[in-house]
Amino acid sequence: MIVDSIFVSMSVLLFTIIVLAGAFLAGLVGSLTGLGGGVIIIPLLTLVLGVDIHYAIGASIVSVIATSSGSAAAYVKEGITNIRIGMFLEIATTISAVIGAVITVYINPSYIAVIFGCILLFSAAMMVRKKVDHSDDKTTGVLANFFKLNGSYPTAGGTVKYGVHNVVGGFVMMFVAGIISGLLGIGSGALKVVAMDNIMRLPFKVSTTTSNFMMGVTAAASAIVYLHRGQIDPGIAMPVTLGVLTGATVGSKLLVKTNTDKLKVIFAVVVTFLALQMIYNGLAGKL
Amino acid sequence: MKQKGKHYFADKDIQVILGTLLRVGVIASMVVVFIGGVIYLSGYSREIIDYSVFNPSKTKYSSILAIFQGLSVLEGKAIIQFGTLLLIFTPVTRVVFSIFGFLIERDYLYVLIGLFVLCVILISLSNKLVG
Repeated sequence: MIVDSIFVSMSVLLFTIIVLAGAFLAGLVGSLTGLGGGVIIIPLLTLVLGVDIHYAIGASIVSVIATSSGSAAAYVKEGITNIRIGMFLEIATTISAVIGAVITVYINPSYIAVIFGCILLFSAAMMVRKKVDHSDDKTTGVLANFFKLNGSYPTAGGTVKYGVHNVVGGFVMMFVAGIISGLLGIGSGALKVVAMDNIMRLPFKVSTTTSNFMMGVTAAASAIVYLHRGQIDPGIAMPVTLGVLTGATVGSKLLVKTNTDKLKVIFAVVVTFLALQMIYNGLAGKL
Repeated sequence: MKQKGKHYFADKDIQVILGTLLRVGVIASMVVVFIGGVIYLSGYSREIIDYSVFNPSKTKYSSILAIFQGLSVLEGKAIIQFGTLLLIFTPVTRVVFSIFGFLIERDYLYVLIGLFVLCVILISLSNKLVG
């Protein structure tokens, strides 16, 4: 990206401090709103600091592994995560994440910016939308039974059983989510929620924790391709990963005692603005 | 019914092991990245950054071999990359452990699924995919 900002000739120290602070905020807000850190750090690096989008993607994917593995560690122990659903859908997401990471260099960076903007708009809409739980305990799906996907999870009122629906549809949607994740270096949680909540009709708690559980492996598959290509630069990845992970950790502590409804609306406006900026810059060929 | 009970307990054990593994992996890799970052900043802090154009040949540590070579001379950037590698392999190790867990449960369908996922990741290690 050719920028005429004041950041063109910046020292390593100043760059590290700015990125560290930005990544902390991205991780904090990303965890409070459930949007994830990657979707915020990439616009920050590209639009504000003039970093090439390929470097931004490489740094972001590393932070996705850190935050998702960190929170998965806590969830897995609670017994809510459905490890079988996770492993089964990882077939789709790892293959597609590698495909996404391979094709990303053949696509014009401007198009990547436009796709990124669209996913950002979609994620913002998903964030403020009222969620409806579609789950039930009908365990009649043939594939769901074959792959032993139906499960149960502990709640305050005892163990709740749930059935898994439309396994094929969920698998296909996960494949799409994996491509987007590999292409843009984000966790693509919004798409995974569509696959798990709306198509497979899992209970919220199960879908959120299982999606988190899968994200690390999915991101690792594309991160290896990025690493070999030289897209993971230590000078950017270091402050991004440390910042996002610290921010997300603080965010998850605050989450227990904060009402995030207002924050989500404010943040949806900010994200929409960022998305339009990305799309505009992409179309204008500035990224 | 008895079999179902057994399944549940084995699952519970695996979950605790997986959770601990993920936590230890993330903490260890972040400590390494932090140490590498301090060494990197102490040597390069006044240099001018240039990330405006993606140049694959500029990143020195873009293979596992190169990272280990840089590690042997305590190069800050190589230490950061080593931490990143540890982080990448944390969820991959998780897959390996899950496979063992399913093996203990004699759930061979999921042993196969786990091995398949592992294969995809091994394929991604091939340099030919970079393009």
